[in-house]
Amino acid sequence: MTGPHILVRGAGVAGMVTAVALAEHGAQVTVHDTGGRVGAGASWFAGGMLAPWCEAESAPDEVTQDSLTSLDWWKTHVPDVMQAGSLVVAPPRDTPELARFGRRTSHFETIGVERIRTLEPDLEDRFDKALFFAEEGHVDPRKALQALADRLVQNGGTLLSQHPADEALFDWIVDCTGVAARNFQSDLRGMRGEMVLLRCPEITLHRPIRMLHPRIPVYIVPRDNSVFMVGATMVESDDTRAITVRAITDLLNAAYTLHPAFAEAELLEANAGLRPAYPDNVPRVRREGNRISLNGMYRHGFLLSPARAREVCDIIFGTDRA
Amino acid sequence: MKFYGTELSSRLMLGTAQYDSPAILADAVKAAQAGVVTVSLRRESAGAQAGQAFWSLIQSLDVPVLPNTAGCHGVREAVTTAQMARDVFDTNWIKLEVIGQGDLLQPDVFGLVEATRILTEDGFQVFPYTTEDLVVAERLLRAGAEVLMPWGAPIGSGRGLNNLFGLRALRGHFPDVPMVVDAGIGKPSHATAAFELGFDAVLINTAVAKAGDPAQMAKAFRLACEAGLAGYAADPMEERDMAVPSTPTLGLARGLGGETL
Repeated sequence: MTGPHILVRGAGVAGMVTAVALAEHGAQVTVHDTGGRVGAGASWFAGGMLAPWCEAESAPDEVTQDSLTSLDWWKTHVPDVMQAGSLVVAPPRDTPELARFGRRTSHFETIGVERIRTLEPDLEDRFDKALFFAEEGHVDPRKALQALADRLVQNGGTLLSQHPADEALFDWIVDCTGVAARNFQSDLRGMRGEMVLLRCPEITLHRPIRMLHPRIPVYIVPRDNSVFMVGATMVESDDTRAITVRAITDLLNAAYTLHPAFAEAELLEANAGLRPAYPDNVPRVRREGNRISLNGMYRHGFLLSPARAREVCDIIFGTDRA
Repeated sequence: MKFYGTELSSRLMLGTAQYDSPAILADAVKAAQAGVVTVSLRRESAGAQAGQAFWSLIQSLDVPVLPNTAGCHGVREAVTTAQMARDVFDTNWIKLEVIGQGDLLQPDVFGLVEATRILTEDGFQVFPYTTEDLVVAERLLRAGAEVLMPWGAPIGSGRGLNNLFGLRALRGHFPDVPMVVDAGIGKPSHATAAFELGFDAVLINTAVAKAGDPAQMAKAFRLACEAGLAGYAADPMEERDMAVPSTPTLGLARGLGGETL
Protein backbone atom coordinates (compact mmCIF):
# COMPACT_ATOMS: atom_id res chain seq x y z
CA MET A 1 0.00 0.00 0.00
CA THR A 2 1.42 3.37 -0.93
CA GLY A 3 0.46 6.65 0.64
CA PRO A 4 -1.11 9.57 -1.17
CA HIS A 5 0.91 11.51 -3.73
CA ILE A 6 1.47 15.01 -2.42
CA LEU A 7 3.04 18.01 -4.08
CA VAL A 8 4.55 20.56 -1.69
CA ARG A 9 5.19 23.91 -3.31
CA GLY A 10 7.93 25.93 -1.62
CA ALA A 11 11.16 24.62 -0.11
CA GLY A 12 11.40 27.10 2.76
CA VAL A 13 11.03 26.05 6.35
CA ALA A 14 7.24 25.65 6.19
CA GLY A 15 7.43 23.52 3.06
CA MET A 16 10.36 21.37 4.18
CA VAL A 17 8.99 20.67 7.67
CA THR A 18 5.61 19.81 6.15
CA ALA A 19 7.19 17.62 3.48
CA VAL A 20 9.17 15.66 6.06
CA ALA A 21 6.14 15.28 8.33
CA LEU A 22 4.00 14.05 5.43
CA ALA A 23 6.69 11.60 4.28
CA GLU A 24 6.87 10.20 7.81
CA HIS A 25 3.17 9.49 7.50
CA GLY A 26 3.90 7.39 4.42
CA ALA A 27 3.01 9.94 1.77
CA GLN A 28 4.83 10.08 -1.57
CA VAL A 29 6.08 13.64 -1.34
CA THR A 30 7.46 15.82 -4.12
CA VAL A 31 8.78 19.28 -3.29
CA HIS A 32 8.97 21.97 -5.93
CA ASP A 33 10.45 25.43 -5.57
CA THR A 34 10.75 28.00 -8.31
CA GLY A 35 13.96 29.19 -6.64
CA GLY A 36 15.56 25.89 -7.60
CA ARG A 37 17.00 25.13 -4.17
CA VAL A 38 16.14 24.60 -0.51
CA GLY A 39 15.74 27.90 1.34
CA ALA A 40 15.63 30.21 -1.66
CA GLY A 41 13.30 32.60 0.18
CA ALA A 42 12.90 34.25 3.57
CA SER A 43 13.88 31.16 5.61
CA TRP A 44 17.49 31.52 4.50
CA PHE A 45 17.73 34.79 6.44
CA ALA A 46 15.97 33.64 9.59
CA GLY A 47 17.38 33.70 13.09
CA GLY A 48 16.38 30.10 13.71
CA MET A 49 15.45 30.79 17.31
CA LEU A 50 13.17 28.30 19.01
CA ALA A 51 12.03 30.75 21.65
CA PRO A 52 8.35 30.43 22.51
CA TRP A 53 8.70 32.34 25.77
CA CYS A 54 10.61 35.31 24.39
CA GLU A 55 8.26 35.55 21.41
CA ALA A 56 5.34 35.85 23.85
CA GLU A 57 6.46 39.44 24.33
CA SER A 58 4.71 40.36 21.09
CA ALA A 59 2.91 37.20 19.94
CA PRO A 60 -0.58 36.09 21.04
CA ASP A 61 -1.05 33.11 23.40
CA GLU A 62 -1.99 30.88 20.48
CA VAL A 63 1.52 31.20 19.06
CA THR A 64 3.10 30.41 22.42
CA GLN A 65 0.92 27.35 22.97
CA ASP A 66 1.49 25.99 19.47
CA SER A 67 5.24 26.39 19.72
CA LEU A 68 5.85 24.57 23.00
CA THR A 69 6.70 21.26 21.31
CA SER A 70 8.73 22.86 18.55
CA LEU A 71 12.12 22.36 20.17
CA ASP A 72 11.42 18.63 20.64
CA TRP A 73 10.41 18.28 17.00
CA TRP A 74 13.61 19.87 15.79
CA LYS A 75 15.74 17.81 18.18
CA THR A 76 14.30 14.60 16.77
CA HIS A 77 14.60 15.66 13.12
CA VAL A 78 17.85 17.53 12.57
CA PRO A 79 21.31 17.40 14.19
CA ASP A 80 22.95 20.27 16.06
CA VAL A 81 19.91 21.74 17.78
CA MET A 82 21.27 23.97 20.50
CA GLN A 83 19.41 24.20 23.78
CA ALA A 84 21.29 26.75 25.81
CA GLY A 85 18.47 29.18 26.45
CA SER A 86 18.16 32.82 25.43
CA LEU A 87 19.56 35.86 27.15
CA VAL A 88 17.74 39.19 27.04
CA VAL A 89 19.67 42.35 27.83
CA ALA A 90 19.21 46.11 27.49
CA PRO A 91 21.73 48.94 27.20
CA PRO A 92 21.97 50.92 30.48
CA ARG A 93 19.66 53.74 29.43
CA ASP A 94 17.00 51.36 28.11
CA THR A 95 16.64 49.19 31.22
CA PRO A 96 12.91 50.07 31.51
CA GLU A 97 12.53 47.94 28.37
CA LEU A 98 13.84 44.96 30.34
CA ALA A 99 11.12 45.40 32.98
CA ARG A 100 8.52 45.67 30.26
CA PHE A 101 9.79 42.55 28.48
CA GLY A 102 9.68 40.68 31.78
CA ARG A 103 6.08 41.68 32.43
CA ARG A 104 4.98 40.31 29.07
CA THR A 105 6.83 36.99 29.25
CA SER A 106 7.35 34.03 31.57
CA HIS A 107 9.67 31.05 32.16
CA PHE A 108 12.73 33.21 32.77
CA GLU A 109 14.86 34.21 35.71
CA THR A 110 16.27 37.65 36.31
CA ILE A 111 20.00 37.32 36.70
CA GLY A 112 22.80 39.67 37.77
CA VAL A 113 26.45 40.23 37.01
CA GLU A 114 27.67 36.91 38.46
CA ARG A 115 25.29 34.71 36.47
CA ILE A 116 25.81 36.69 33.29
CA ARG A 117 29.56 36.12 33.67
CA THR A 118 29.01 32.38 34.13
CA LEU A 119 26.69 32.07 31.14
CA GLU A 120 28.45 34.42 28.76
CA PRO A 121 31.96 35.26 29.98
CA ASP A 122 32.51 37.66 27.08
CA LEU A 123 29.61 39.82 28.25
CA GLU A 124 31.20 40.24 31.69
CA ASP A 125 30.57 43.69 33.11
CA ARG A 126 28.69 44.83 30.05
CA PHE A 127 25.25 44.41 31.63
CA ASP A 128 24.12 44.57 35.26
CA LYS A 129 20.98 42.62 34.68
CA ALA A 130 19.53 40.16 32.16
CA LEU A 131 16.57 37.84 31.69
CA PHE A 132 17.56 34.21 31.17
CA PHE A 133 15.09 31.94 29.37
CA ALA A 134 16.76 28.58 30.10
CA GLU A 135 14.34 26.35 28.18
CA GLU A 136 14.79 27.89 24.74
CA GLY A 137 16.96 26.73 21.85
CA HIS A 138 18.08 27.59 18.35
CA VAL A 139 19.19 26.06 15.07
CA ASP A 140 21.25 27.27 12.16
CA PRO A 141 18.49 27.68 9.55
CA ARG A 142 20.68 26.86 6.57
CA LYS A 143 22.05 23.66 8.08
CA ALA A 144 18.62 22.70 9.39
CA LEU A 145 16.96 23.12 5.98
CA GLN A 146 19.65 21.01 4.34
CA ALA A 147 19.23 18.35 7.03
CA LEU A 148 15.48 18.28 6.35
CA ALA A 149 16.17 17.89 2.65
CA ASP A 150 18.42 14.88 3.34
CA ARG A 151 15.82 13.41 5.64
CA LEU A 152 13.08 13.82 3.06
CA VAL A 153 15.09 11.95 0.46
CA GLN A 154 15.82 9.18 2.99
CA ASN A 155 12.07 8.89 3.50
CA GLY A 156 11.51 8.38 -0.20
CA GLY A 157 10.59 11.95 -1.02
CA THR A 158 11.55 13.74 -4.23
CA LEU A 159 13.26 17.03 -3.81
CA LEU A 160 13.05 19.91 -6.18
CA SER A 161 11.57 18.45 -9.33
CA GLN A 162 13.08 20.57 -12.07
CA HIS A 163 9.92 20.91 -14.13
CA PRO A 164 6.77 22.70 -13.10
CA ALA A 165 4.99 19.77 -11.55
CA ASP A 166 1.75 18.60 -13.16
CA GLU A 167 -0.76 19.03 -10.37
CA ALA A 168 -3.12 16.47 -11.91
CA LEU A 169 -0.68 13.72 -10.88
CA PHE A 170 -1.12 14.48 -7.17
CA ASP A 171 -3.82 13.71 -4.62
CA TRP A 172 -3.01 16.82 -2.61
CA ILE A 173 -1.28 20.13 -3.28
CA VAL A 174 0.26 21.87 -0.26
CA ASP A 175 1.24 25.47 -0.96
CA CYS A 176 4.00 26.87 1.27
CA THR A 177 5.27 29.57 -1.08
CA GLY A 178 5.29 32.48 1.39
CA VAL A 179 4.87 35.95 -0.08
CA ALA A 180 4.67 34.51 -3.59
CA ALA A 181 1.13 33.39 -2.66
CA ARG A 182 -0.02 37.03 -2.46
CA ASN A 183 -1.36 36.64 -5.98
CA PHE A 184 -4.20 34.49 -4.72
CA GLN A 185 -4.35 35.41 -1.00
CA SER A 186 -5.33 39.03 -0.71
CA ASP A 187 -4.84 39.21 3.07
CA LEU A 188 -1.22 38.11 2.83
CA ARG A 189 1.41 40.85 3.02
CA GLY A 190 5.17 41.11 3.09
CA MET A 191 7.04 42.22 6.20
CA ARG A 192 10.54 43.10 5.18
CA GLY A 193 13.40 41.90 7.33
CA GLU A 194 17.09 42.66 7.02
CA MET A 195 20.05 40.85 8.56
CA VAL A 196 23.84 40.65 8.53
CA LEU A 197 26.35 37.87 9.13
CA LEU A 198 29.56 38.78 10.94
CA ARG A 199 32.68 36.77 11.70
CA CYS A 200 34.32 37.74 14.95
CA PRO A 201 36.81 35.25 16.44
CA GLU A 202 37.38 37.56 19.43
CA ILE A 203 33.91 36.91 20.81
CA THR A 204 32.28 33.69 21.92
CA LEU A 205 28.59 33.53 22.67
CA HIS A 206 26.73 30.38 23.66
CA ARG A 207 23.14 31.35 22.99
CA PRO A 208 21.03 33.97 21.21
CA ILE A 209 21.24 37.39 22.83
CA ARG A 210 18.28 39.70 22.44
CA MET A 211 19.08 43.33 22.97
CA LEU A 212 16.10 45.50 23.72
CA HIS A 213 15.75 49.00 22.42
CA PRO A 214 12.58 51.06 22.08
CA ARG A 215 13.13 51.62 18.37
CA ILE A 216 15.55 48.98 17.14
CA PRO A 217 15.38 45.71 19.08
CA VAL A 218 17.85 43.18 17.66
CA TYR A 219 19.11 39.70 18.32
CA ILE A 220 22.53 38.19 17.83
CA VAL A 221 22.64 34.45 17.25
CA PRO A 222 25.92 32.54 17.35
CA ARG A 223 26.64 30.17 14.45
CA ASP A 224 29.61 27.86 13.89
CA ASN A 225 33.13 29.15 13.24
CA SER A 226 32.80 32.47 15.07
CA VAL A 227 29.98 33.61 12.79
CA PHE A 228 27.14 35.67 14.23
CA MET A 229 23.81 36.45 12.68
CA VAL A 230 22.47 39.90 13.59
CA GLY A 231 18.84 40.60 12.83
CA ALA A 232 16.35 41.61 12.05
CA THR A 233 14.53 44.71 11.02
CA MET A 234 10.73 44.77 10.79
CA VAL A 235 9.48 46.98 7.98
CA GLU A 236 5.89 47.01 6.73
CA SER A 237 6.92 46.72 3.11
CA ASP A 238 7.02 44.42 0.10
CA ASP A 239 10.24 46.06 -0.98
CA THR A 240 12.61 43.43 -2.38
CA ARG A 241 15.60 45.71 -2.78
CA ALA A 242 18.93 44.91 -1.17
CA ILE A 243 19.46 45.83 2.47
CA THR A 244 19.46 49.58 3.16
CA VAL A 245 22.28 51.59 4.64
CA ARG A 246 20.00 52.52 7.52
CA ALA A 247 19.36 48.87 8.36
CA ILE A 248 23.04 47.95 8.18
CA THR A 249 23.88 50.92 10.39
CA ASP A 250 21.26 49.98 12.97
CA LEU A 251 22.26 46.32 13.04
CA LEU A 252 25.99 47.01 13.25
CA ASN A 253 25.47 49.67 15.92
CA ALA A 254 23.55 47.12 17.95
CA ALA A 255 26.33 44.55 17.61
CA TYR A 256 28.88 47.14 18.63
CA THR A 257 26.77 48.12 21.62
CA LEU A 258 26.62 44.48 22.70
CA HIS A 259 30.38 44.19 22.49
CA PRO A 260 32.92 46.69 21.11
CA ALA A 261 35.02 43.83 19.68
CA PHE A 262 32.41 43.53 16.94
CA ALA A 263 34.01 46.66 15.48
CA GLU A 264 36.76 44.38 14.19
CA ALA A 265 34.39 41.73 12.81
CA GLU A 266 34.26 40.80 9.13
CA LEU A 267 30.99 41.67 7.44
CA LEU A 268 30.31 38.40 5.58
CA GLU A 269 26.83 39.01 4.30
CA ALA A 270 24.05 41.59 4.42
CA ASN A 271 20.67 40.61 3.13
CA ALA A 272 16.96 41.31 3.05
CA GLY A 273 13.92 39.07 2.75
CA LEU A 274 10.14 39.26 2.96
CA ARG A 275 8.31 37.47 5.75
CA PRO A 276 4.79 36.45 4.74
CA ALA A 277 2.16 37.66 7.23
CA TYR A 278 -1.59 37.71 7.75
CA PRO A 279 -3.26 40.67 9.50
CA ASP A 280 -2.93 39.06 12.96
CA ASN A 281 0.63 37.89 12.22
CA VAL A 282 -0.35 34.31 13.08
CA PRO A 283 0.55 31.48 10.66
CA ARG A 284 -2.48 29.67 9.24
CA VAL A 285 -3.39 26.43 7.50
CA ARG A 286 -6.24 26.80 5.01
CA ARG A 287 -7.93 24.20 2.86
CA GLU A 288 -9.89 24.35 -0.36
CA GLY A 289 -10.75 20.92 -1.74
CA ASN A 290 -7.50 19.02 -2.19
CA ARG A 291 -5.43 22.20 -1.95
CA ILE A 292 -3.96 23.13 1.40
CA SER A 293 -2.11 26.35 2.12
CA LEU A 294 0.33 26.89 4.99
CA ASN A 295 1.40 30.50 5.02
CA GLY A 296 1.77 33.72 6.99
CA MET A 297 4.72 32.32 8.98
CA TYR A 298 5.74 35.91 9.86
CA ARG A 299 8.73 35.69 12.22
CA HIS A 300 7.71 32.25 13.48
CA GLY A 301 8.79 30.00 10.59
CA PHE A 302 11.15 27.75 12.53
CA LEU A 303 9.13 28.03 15.72
CA LEU A 304 5.69 27.21 14.34
CA SER A 305 6.23 25.05 11.26
CA PRO A 306 6.19 21.77 13.26
CA ALA A 307 2.78 22.55 14.81
CA ARG A 308 1.31 23.80 11.54
CA ALA A 309 2.73 20.83 9.61
CA ARG A 310 0.89 18.62 12.10
CA GLU A 311 -2.34 20.42 11.18
CA VAL A 312 -1.66 19.69 7.52
CA CYS A 313 -1.11 16.02 8.35
CA ASP A 314 -4.34 16.00 10.35
CA ILE A 315 -6.28 17.22 7.33
CA ILE A 316 -4.77 14.62 5.02
CA PHE A 317 -4.54 11.62 7.33
CA GLY A 318 -7.12 12.40 10.01
CA THR A 319 -6.39 13.40 13.57
CA ASP A 320 -6.30 9.81 14.87
CA ARG A 321 -3.07 9.15 12.99
CA ALA A 322 -1.34 12.39 13.93
CA MET B 1 -12.72 73.30 16.37
CA LYS B 2 -11.77 72.62 12.77
CA PHE B 3 -8.45 71.42 11.37
CA TYR B 4 -8.05 73.01 7.93
CA GLY B 5 -11.81 73.23 7.65
CA THR B 6 -12.46 69.69 8.77
CA GLU B 7 -14.36 68.84 11.93
CA LEU B 8 -13.00 65.60 13.39
CA SER B 9 -15.29 62.93 14.81
CA SER B 10 -12.98 62.69 17.83
CA ARG B 11 -10.09 64.68 19.25
CA LEU B 12 -7.95 61.61 19.70
CA MET B 13 -5.40 61.04 16.96
CA LEU B 14 -3.76 57.63 16.91
CA GLY B 15 -0.41 56.65 15.42
CA THR B 16 -0.22 53.30 13.60
CA ALA B 17 3.40 52.28 14.28
CA GLN B 18 4.77 49.61 16.62
CA TYR B 19 1.67 47.46 17.04
CA ASP B 20 2.27 43.74 17.32
CA SER B 21 -0.01 43.13 14.34
CA PRO B 22 -2.33 45.06 12.01
CA ALA B 23 -5.24 43.19 13.63
CA ILE B 24 -4.30 44.58 17.06
CA LEU B 25 -3.93 48.04 15.50
CA ALA B 26 -7.43 47.79 14.02
CA ASP B 27 -8.87 46.82 17.42
CA ALA B 28 -7.12 49.78 19.04
CA VAL B 29 -8.35 52.27 16.44
CA LYS B 30 -11.88 51.01 16.99
CA ALA B 31 -11.66 51.16 20.79
CA ALA B 32 -10.14 54.64 20.63
CA GLN B 33 -12.81 55.85 18.20
CA ALA B 34 -9.91 57.79 16.79
CA GLY B 35 -10.69 60.91 14.76
CA VAL B 36 -7.49 60.59 12.74
CA VAL B 37 -4.83 57.94 12.22
CA THR B 38 -1.29 58.90 11.36
CA VAL B 39 0.97 56.75 9.22
CA SER B 40 4.65 56.90 8.38
CA LEU B 41 6.01 56.46 4.88
CA ARG B 42 9.64 57.10 5.47
CA ARG B 43 11.11 53.63 5.85
CA GLU B 44 9.31 52.23 2.83
CA SER B 45 9.95 55.24 0.70
CA ALA B 46 12.28 54.19 -2.08
CA GLY B 47 10.31 51.20 -3.27
CA ALA B 48 7.41 53.00 -4.95
CA GLN B 49 4.32 51.13 -3.76
CA ALA B 50 6.23 48.71 -1.56
CA GLY B 51 4.22 49.43 1.57
CA GLN B 52 0.90 49.22 -0.24
CA ALA B 53 -0.34 46.15 1.63
CA PHE B 54 0.03 47.91 4.99
CA TRP B 55 -1.29 51.22 3.68
CA SER B 56 -4.36 49.46 2.32
CA LEU B 57 -4.96 48.06 5.78
CA ILE B 58 -4.69 51.57 7.21
CA GLN B 59 -7.12 52.95 4.64
CA SER B 60 -9.57 50.13 5.34
CA LEU B 61 -9.90 51.41 8.93
CA ASP B 62 -12.18 54.10 7.49
CA VAL B 63 -10.65 56.88 9.59
CA PRO B 64 -9.15 60.04 8.03
CA VAL B 65 -5.42 59.47 7.42
CA LEU B 66 -2.78 62.01 8.36
CA PRO B 67 0.47 60.85 6.74
CA ASN B 68 3.66 61.90 8.46
CA THR B 69 7.30 62.41 7.64
CA ALA B 70 8.55 60.58 10.73
CA GLY B 71 12.24 59.84 10.64
CA CYS B 72 13.09 62.61 8.15
CA HIS B 73 16.22 64.50 9.15
CA GLY B 74 16.31 67.19 6.51
CA VAL B 75 14.08 69.62 4.64
CA ARG B 76 14.45 67.99 1.25
CA GLU B 77 13.84 64.50 2.64
CA ALA B 78 10.71 65.69 4.45
CA VAL B 79 9.38 67.48 1.37
CA THR B 80 9.94 64.45 -0.86
CA THR B 81 8.25 62.16 1.65
CA ALA B 82 5.30 64.55 1.92
CA GLN B 83 4.88 64.58 -1.84
CA MET B 84 4.90 60.80 -1.93
CA ALA B 85 2.36 60.68 0.90
CA ARG B 86 0.05 62.91 -1.09
CA ASP B 87 0.15 60.46 -3.98
CA VAL B 88 -0.32 57.38 -1.84
CA PHE B 89 -3.09 58.65 0.43
CA ASP B 90 -4.67 61.23 -1.84
CA THR B 91 -4.64 63.95 0.82
CA ASN B 92 -3.07 67.38 1.20
CA TRP B 93 -2.64 66.85 4.91
CA ILE B 94 0.86 66.19 6.15
CA LYS B 95 2.16 65.87 9.67
CA LEU B 96 5.55 67.42 9.20
CA GLU B 97 8.46 66.09 11.21
CA VAL B 98 11.97 67.32 10.61
CA ILE B 99 14.15 65.69 13.23
CA GLY B 100 17.19 67.64 14.36
CA GLN B 101 18.59 65.52 17.14
CA GLY B 102 18.85 61.76 17.18
CA ASP B 103 18.67 61.01 20.89
CA LEU B 104 15.66 63.14 21.77
CA LEU B 105 14.19 63.08 18.25
CA GLN B 106 13.86 66.79 18.83
CA PRO B 107 12.42 68.88 15.99
CA ASP B 108 14.85 70.88 13.86
CA VAL B 109 12.73 74.00 14.12
CA PHE B 110 14.68 75.90 11.47
CA GLY B 111 14.23 73.14 8.91
CA LEU B 112 10.64 72.77 10.05
CA VAL B 113 9.80 76.38 9.22
CA GLU B 114 11.51 76.09 5.85
CA ALA B 115 9.73 72.83 4.96
CA THR B 116 6.40 74.28 6.12
CA ARG B 117 6.84 77.20 3.73
CA ILE B 118 7.78 74.96 0.80
CA LEU B 119 4.93 72.54 1.37
CA THR B 120 2.33 75.25 1.96
CA GLU B 121 3.29 76.89 -1.33
CA ASP B 122 2.90 73.46 -2.92
CA GLY B 123 -0.70 73.26 -1.70
CA PHE B 124 -0.19 71.13 1.40
CA GLN B 125 -2.01 71.63 4.69
CA VAL B 126 0.77 71.26 7.18
CA PHE B 127 0.58 69.93 10.74
CA PRO B 128 4.09 70.78 12.01
CA TYR B 129 5.55 68.80 14.91
CA THR B 130 7.26 71.50 16.95
CA THR B 131 8.37 72.43 20.45
CA GLU B 132 6.44 74.76 22.78
CA ASP B 133 8.60 77.70 21.65
CA LEU B 134 6.46 80.79 20.99
CA VAL B 135 8.75 82.35 18.43
CA VAL B 136 8.97 79.16 16.41
CA ALA B 137 5.17 78.92 16.55
CA GLU B 138 4.92 82.44 15.23
CA ARG B 139 7.28 81.59 12.34
CA LEU B 140 5.40 78.41 11.50
CA LEU B 141 2.11 80.31 11.29
CA ARG B 142 3.75 82.95 9.13
CA ALA B 143 5.11 80.17 6.88
CA GLY B 144 1.57 78.98 6.29
CA ALA B 145 0.73 76.45 8.99
CA GLU B 146 -2.78 76.78 10.39
CA VAL B 147 -2.40 74.02 12.96
CA LEU B 148 0.40 73.47 15.48
CA MET B 149 1.54 70.23 17.07
CA PRO B 150 3.72 71.04 20.08
CA TRP B 151 5.39 68.18 21.91
CA GLY B 152 4.46 67.15 25.41
CA ALA B 153 7.81 65.43 25.81
CA PRO B 154 10.24 63.66 23.43
CA ILE B 155 8.71 61.04 21.10
CA GLY B 156 8.16 57.71 22.81
CA SER B 157 9.36 58.95 26.21
CA GLY B 158 5.95 58.71 27.92
CA ARG B 159 6.88 61.56 30.24
CA GLY B 160 3.69 63.55 29.84
CA LEU B 161 3.63 67.35 29.66
CA ASN B 162 7.21 68.32 30.46
CA ASN B 163 6.86 72.09 30.33
CA LEU B 164 3.46 73.07 31.65
CA PHE B 165 4.34 76.74 31.76
CA GLY B 166 5.53 76.76 28.17
CA LEU B 167 2.52 74.86 26.86
CA ARG B 168 0.13 77.14 28.77
CA ALA B 169 1.88 80.20 27.39
CA LEU B 170 1.70 78.83 23.84
CA ARG B 171 -2.00 78.05 24.21
CA GLY B 172 -2.67 81.47 25.72
CA HIS B 173 -0.68 83.30 23.08
CA PHE B 174 -2.48 81.73 20.09
CA PRO B 175 -5.99 81.12 21.41
CA ASP B 176 -7.54 80.59 17.97
CA VAL B 177 -4.96 78.25 16.40
CA PRO B 178 -5.93 74.58 16.53
CA MET B 179 -3.29 72.83 18.58
CA VAL B 180 -2.54 69.16 19.06
CA VAL B 181 -0.25 67.90 21.79
CA ASP B 182 1.91 65.39 19.97
CA ALA B 183 4.50 63.07 21.47
CA GLY B 184 5.46 62.21 25.00
CA ILE B 185 2.04 61.28 26.29
CA GLY B 186 2.38 58.05 28.25
CA LYS B 187 -0.76 57.72 30.33
CA PRO B 188 -4.41 58.69 29.95
CA SER B 189 -4.04 61.30 32.69
CA HIS B 190 -1.46 63.10 30.54
CA ALA B 191 -4.03 63.39 27.76
CA THR B 192 -6.63 64.75 30.18
CA ALA B 193 -4.09 67.31 31.37
CA ALA B 194 -3.49 68.48 27.78
CA PHE B 195 -7.19 69.14 27.27
CA GLU B 196 -7.41 70.85 30.65
CA LEU B 197 -4.76 73.27 29.40
CA GLY B 198 -7.05 74.08 26.50
CA PHE B 199 -5.43 72.04 23.74
CA ASP B 200 -7.75 70.81 21.01
CA ALA B 201 -6.51 67.29 20.41
CA VAL B 202 -3.79 64.82 21.35
CA LEU B 203 -1.80 62.39 19.25
CA ILE B 204 -0.88 59.08 20.87
CA ASN B 205 1.12 56.18 19.48
CA THR B 206 3.61 54.35 21.69
CA ALA B 207 1.43 54.61 24.82
CA VAL B 208 -1.27 52.55 23.12
CA ALA B 209 0.84 50.37 20.81
CA LYS B 210 3.18 49.21 23.57
CA ALA B 211 0.56 48.80 26.29
CA GLY B 212 -0.03 45.24 27.48
CA ASP B 213 -3.59 45.48 26.15
CA PRO B 214 -3.61 48.10 23.37
CA ALA B 215 -7.39 48.06 22.83
CA GLN B 216 -8.05 48.56 26.54
CA MET B 217 -5.52 51.39 26.66
CA ALA B 218 -7.08 52.95 23.56
CA LYS B 219 -10.42 52.97 25.32
CA ALA B 220 -8.82 54.50 28.42
CA PHE B 221 -7.39 57.30 26.26
CA ARG B 222 -10.76 57.87 24.61
CA LEU B 223 -12.36 58.32 28.03
CA ALA B 224 -9.48 60.49 29.25
CA CYS B 225 -9.83 62.77 26.22
CA GLU B 226 -13.56 63.07 26.74
CA ALA B 227 -13.00 63.88 30.40
CA GLY B 228 -10.39 66.53 29.67
CA LEU B 229 -12.38 68.12 26.86
CA ALA B 230 -15.61 68.24 28.89
CA GLY B 231 -13.79 69.44 32.00
CA TYR B 232 -12.19 72.30 30.13
CA ALA B 233 -15.47 73.26 28.46
CA ALA B 234 -17.21 73.28 31.83
CA ASP B 235 -14.92 76.09 33.05
CA PRO B 236 -13.10 74.60 36.03
CA MET B 237 -12.80 76.39 39.34
CA GLU B 238 -9.69 78.38 40.19
CA GLU B 239 -7.02 76.94 42.43
CA ARG B 240 -6.79 78.58 45.85
CA ASP B 241 -4.15 78.60 48.53
CA MET B 242 -6.67 78.32 51.42
CA ALA B 243 -9.18 75.61 52.15
CA VAL B 244 -12.73 76.62 51.32
CA PRO B 245 -15.27 74.25 52.91
CA SER B 246 -17.75 72.91 50.44
CA THR B 247 -20.42 72.87 53.13
CA PRO B 248 -21.09 76.15 54.96
CA THR B 249 -20.30 75.86 58.68
CA LEU B 250 -22.15 78.97 59.78
CA GLY B 251 -25.03 78.17 62.11
CA LEU B 252 -24.01 74.59 62.79
CA ALA B 253 -24.24 73.38 66.35
CA ARG B 254 -20.85 73.25 68.04
CA GLY B 255 -19.70 71.35 71.07
CA LEU B 256 -18.21 73.06 74.09
CA GLY B 257 -14.75 72.66 72.69
CA GLY B 258 -15.81 74.37 69.44
CA GLU B 259 -15.78 71.17 67.35
CA THR B 260 -18.52 70.60 64.81
CA LEU B 261 -21.05 68.03 66.01
